[in-house]
Amino acid sequence: MNTLQKVRFVGKPLVFLLCLAPAALVVGDALEISGRLGANPVEEIQDRFGIWGIRFIMITLAVTPLRRITGWNWLLRFRRMLGLFTFFYVLMHFLNWLILDQGLLMSAIIEDLTLRPFITLGFTALLLLAAMAVTSTNGMRRRLGRRWDKLHYSAYAVGILGVWHYWWQVKKDTSDAWIYAIILAVLLGYRLWWRRRHQKNRGG
Amino acid sequence: MLIKKPADIRPSEITSKENYLNRRDFIRAGSIAGASLLAGPAVGAIVPDQRRAKLADVARSKFSTIEVPNSYEDITTYNNFYEFGTGKDDPYRNALDFDPRPWSITVDGHAEKTGTFHFEDFIKPFDLEERIYRMRCVEAWSMVIPWVGISLADVVKHYQPTSKARYVAFETLHDPVRMPGQRRRVLDWPYREGLTIAEASNALPILAVGVYGETMPNQNGGPIRLVVPWKYGFKGIKSIVRIHFAEKQPQTSWNMAAAREYGFYANVNPEVDHPRWSQARERRIGAGLFAAKQPTLMFNGYGEQVAHLYDGLDLRKNY
Repeated sequence: MNTLQKVRFVGKPLVFLLCLAPAALVVGDALEISGRLGANPVEEIQDRFGIWGIRFIMITLAVTPLRRITGWNWLLRFRRMLGLFTFFYVLMHFLNWLILDQGLLMSAIIEDLTLRPFITLGFTALLLLAAMAVTSTNGMRRRLGRRWDKLHYSAYAVGILGVWHYWWQVKKDTSDAWIYAIILAVLLGYRLWWRRRHQKNRGG
Repeated sequence: MLIKKPADIRPSEITSKENYLNRRDFIRAGSIAGASLLAGPAVGAIVPDQRRAKLADVARSKFSTIEVPNSYEDITTYNNFYEFGTGKDDPYRNALDFDPRPWSITVDGHAEKTGTFHFEDFIKPFDLEERIYRMRCVEAWSMVIPWVGISLADVVKHYQPTSKARYVAFETLHDPVRMPGQRRRVLDWPYREGLTIAEASNALPILAVGVYGETMPNQNGGPIRLVVPWKYGFKGIKSIVRIHFAEKQPQTSWNMAAAREYGFYANVNPEVDHPRWSQARERRIGAGLFAAKQPTLMFNGYGEQVAHLYDGLDLRKNY
């Protein structure tokens, strides 16, 4: 098998299953097979899907720096799947909030979306992810051309909105939010640094 | 070195809700019969120093709700007690090794009687009562908890506060060695709370020393903690070592941490939202994955007993 085939027939199915594991664990714990969700299961599901949404946007944003550093260009072939999993976990986080937490009570949902800034931030990130997910097919990419690149730069915005949303909802202990903020700063900082270096080289 | 921690509670030791309820009927019948036989002063509160030891001579209270209490497991594994970590199950895990003995409580400030007392002597003059109260956390979840405790009003009276005593302030133990959460400055330790003297003299607040008829688990604030059922849970200061009769409104921990979000009064109020979330509804712990949130009641449903304390006070400003 060449690298392309390895990615396609081994790498992708394996990564797909791995990405699904946190969600499978939520289901397993809810059914009390793999573990338990604890005294407040709705909150536990909310937190788990949310934190995996943050982790997946970080993983997705790590693809390009890793590829440049290691020279493993095949990493790029996983980026779309990782991005779609980010959308999946954030969508689950949102649906859990909408259905299990708010019980589809429209007045409460609208109140939260408009009056609680941290929820507005999270919802904005979800909308951006949805736009990227819908346009993630090869056909859409071809059709949109340059505009596709512009739209998909909003992955950076999703990272910032996600960490901000997480930070803002914590009651007092922001130490975990700090960790994600630092990781995000490294991932975005690397891009700035690379771009500057690249431009300089081109100019010289 | 690997130190093996003893398991706190074997699942088999946990009293099922059903047994507990039957047991309560039994105790009720017994305590009524006992009361009619004795008809004299009770022996005073005695709390054994073992974990999960049964408490004797516990009287019923007319203030108890008829709502079904949460399971012992829910009550003891889902806690906010930052002294043992900020995660909900951190206190359950990190308070295992905590030994709440010997324990002493200092009473000082504007009162006729002051001093430092052994825990056993401190509670002795009072009677144990079971109070099944709703507990509403500021985070919009709630439980029903069968506390056992002594009336705070009785305690206040006992120490004879002077006319200068307008507030009662409380402090939690500050001991970063025994309370690992205090090694990080998440809050300005020690944890502090306070009530007005009128609130503290109301019939509802208790100094709780037990739950489910047994000694207070460490993670719930053993050996002694405050329970004020019409206020958000954070007012219920845990593991108390100091009670201070003050003239000025005392500083309180969450208010110090974020004054805009947590007021001194912190009365349960569905009409005044937390800046970051609604307080109109609450999730009842143990209701299950698909249960809807329930409406939050003004003063957590204890308005009849406490609303008069706030006559003329703007509760929107004094949140």
